[in-house]
Amino acid sequence: MNEEKRDAKSVLRALQDRIAQDAWDAKNRGEKVGWCASNFPQEITTAMGIPVVYPENMGAAVGAKGGGRRMCEHAEGLGYSADLCSYARINFSYADWKECPELEIPFPDFLLCCNNICNCMIKWYENLALELDVPLILIDIPHLDGEACDEDRVKYIRAQFDDCIAQLEAITGKRMDYDRLTEVMAVSQRSSRAWLRAVGAMEHVPSPFSGFDIFNNMAVACVGRGTVEAAEAFELLAEEYEALAKEGKSSFKGEEKYRILFEGIACWANLRATYKGLQSRGINLTATVYGPAFSFLYQNLDELMAAYAQVPNCACFEHELELRVHDALKNKVDGAVFHMNRSCKNWSGKLYELERQFRVKTGVPTVIFDGDQSDPRCFSEAQYETRIQALTEIMEANKKEAR
Amino acid sequence: MEKPENLLAPFRALCRNPGAQLDKVLAEGKKAVGVLPYFCPEELVYAVGMRPFGLWGAELECASSGRYYPGFICSILHTTLEMGLRGMLDGLSAVMVPTCCDALKSFGPNWKYGVGAIPVIDAAWGQNRKTPAGEEFTRASFRRILGRLAELAGRRASDAALAEAIAVCNENRAALRAFTAAAAAHPEAVSPADRSAVLKAGFFLDRKEHTAMVRALTEALNALPESRWKGLRLVTTGILADSPALLDILGESGFAVMDDQVAQESVLFRRDVPVTEDPALGLARYLGQAEGCSVLYDPGKERGRELVRLARAAKADGVLWVMAKFCDPEEFDLVPVKRMLEDAGIPLLTVEADQQSASYEQARSALEAFAEMLRG
Repeated sequence: MNEEKRDAKSVLRALQDRIAQDAWDAKNRGEKVGWCASNFPQEITTAMGIPVVYPENMGAAVGAKGGGRRMCEHAEGLGYSADLCSYARINFSYADWKECPELEIPFPDFLLCCNNICNCMIKWYENLALELDVPLILIDIPHLDGEACDEDRVKYIRAQFDDCIAQLEAITGKRMDYDRLTEVMAVSQRSSRAWLRAVGAMEHVPSPFSGFDIFNNMAVACVGRGTVEAAEAFELLAEEYEALAKEGKSSFKGEEKYRILFEGIACWANLRATYKGLQSRGINLTATVYGPAFSFLYQNLDELMAAYAQVPNCACFEHELELRVHDALKNKVDGAVFHMNRSCKNWSGKLYELERQFRVKTGVPTVIFDGDQSDPRCFSEAQYETRIQALTEIMEANKKEAR
Repeated sequence: MEKPENLLAPFRALCRNPGAQLDKVLAEGKKAVGVLPYFCPEELVYAVGMRPFGLWGAELECASSGRYYPGFICSILHTTLEMGLRGMLDGLSAVMVPTCCDALKSFGPNWKYGVGAIPVIDAAWGQNRKTPAGEEFTRASFRRILGRLAELAGRRASDAALAEAIAVCNENRAALRAFTAAAAAHPEAVSPADRSAVLKAGFFLDRKEHTAMVRALTEALNALPESRWKGLRLVTTGILADSPALLDILGESGFAVMDDQVAQESVLFRRDVPVTEDPALGLARYLGQAEGCSVLYDPGKERGRELVRLARAAKADGVLWVMAKFCDPEEFDLVPVKRMLEDAGIPLLTVEADQQSASYEQARSALEAFAEMLRG
């Protein structure tokens, strides 16, 4: 039977919905379901057929759908400081209220934590484990102190990887099939390569798509990259982008006058304002660390361990800087916008220095604005507009001078 | 025998001006290494003949650290970086920086590109600290740090020297345990600010010298007649509780500190470093056995249970949480630990502390009200 060919965007959306529904179905069948940190080695749960859902994704979705403030304020009423990560605050509210009109995820029977993105995850999941009375498994990935993930770290992560499998077998009653793990690792590579290929299409001028689309598509890169469906969807996405690029077309609305690197997590609760502020001036996002953030390239298990230590915010500063500079130069940016994210002390603590060195190494103008990933109270549209206006003027002047 | 008040004075003087102590060490031709919180073993520094110098921030207004850190990073890191940027720590051979909290992860690069001349030693340790793999990772990491320190010191790092350094620091831990017990028995002689100064001075003095001073003081306290003090008994918790202004208010409000679960204080000396064949393994095990600190992986919140035990053992009227402003790990711990205290019927007061604005008049009102409530 010939199926009508669907576009990648709808395939990805359907896949995301299906993955979410699968978790609900599993829960309703009485299977054990976990809550999982976004950069936890998903190869384990995918290979074991253990459904997991991602509170961070829920935090982003709730923020985007307008529930961030309500959920954050409730958590503050529970005693959590407004200084803490808004994803965590949203999650604590959900754990307390047990309902959320914007998005619900099945409650967990266990928690899978990984601190390669931040140590805040550890404290957040400790509290959840206590609150929900469920077991917590931590894969601790110490911050890298050099370019490479050394042998001691690889051994440590590997031991925790093995220990996690044993604990999950005890919790869920499911066994790890190591042939299946090899398959999942291969599929994850395929997904990662396809994701990088799709995101890599931004190097074309004009970029074949609006860079903000990455924020929509990356959810599947996070939750489903170990599945064949995700690999196929990203391959389709890459094909679409490449076809558009070949024709010199773009899904970006309007003329792409300027190209920028956007640094940091999106302001989910202020997505429209942050997007419009750029799009209305003909500014397209053509570089972001979210490309490499959800692609893990490795050939074997030891390399897998190292790959999970090389994620943004776990890698050393110089590596992080090089990643941005390389992307910015390759994708021919005219400027960069840095998000000082109130939620993320890990990211924000180095942002000023990152911005300074990025500016020197790329020679493009930069601006920093204050915001938050899901708490709209930390974002000022007026400040954002002023900063983007200033950046636009400099980019315009630079273009005139270049002409 | 010397009176306790005379023996306390040098501790207070040291804490008022730790920089003078650093200058003295450097003038003697010794090398010193800055040691940031948390759980960077000083023993590694002693083992190569250098002097550790504790870097827990300082009460000062920052002018330059804001070029590197945004405002919502804790004052320990802001003010430590500020000291580096102002040249107040010039002469240090290195700074040891762990990465066990998110703000610390960027301290290394901020220091490296801001201060420049003083190298950073990354002091990684494993959060899965009670498992064999975590212990082994931490042991290997400490070995690597020792090697780096030996290079800086220009001498070999031997196991015997490390074992000796552990013994010296364990003696100091024992002396501090004896002192805190004596101070709790004699609040009329040791104010909260005095207690803090005695503990904190160890970060700037040679541990052997500190041990001798602490022992002399403890002996003098133990020789005092039984205390008739009738004030309010507190157990403190948090990262730091060393602000003289805040501690003076505590004393003036009729409180004494009976025990603490403070990262800069008893958390570091409640337990000894185990003696093991490979001394670096003992240091790793010490980390595995440590409790009561929010930067340690603590899935069951043993911290809360320990705090309840400490408060009960000290017959405390209440617990004071000195909340380091913008400290994520502390702010996360507060909610479940507060509930554990409530369940145990132990009153809690939380006071926010910020080294950049050391004015505690708001805390005075809160403490006076807390005292009134406790007195019923």
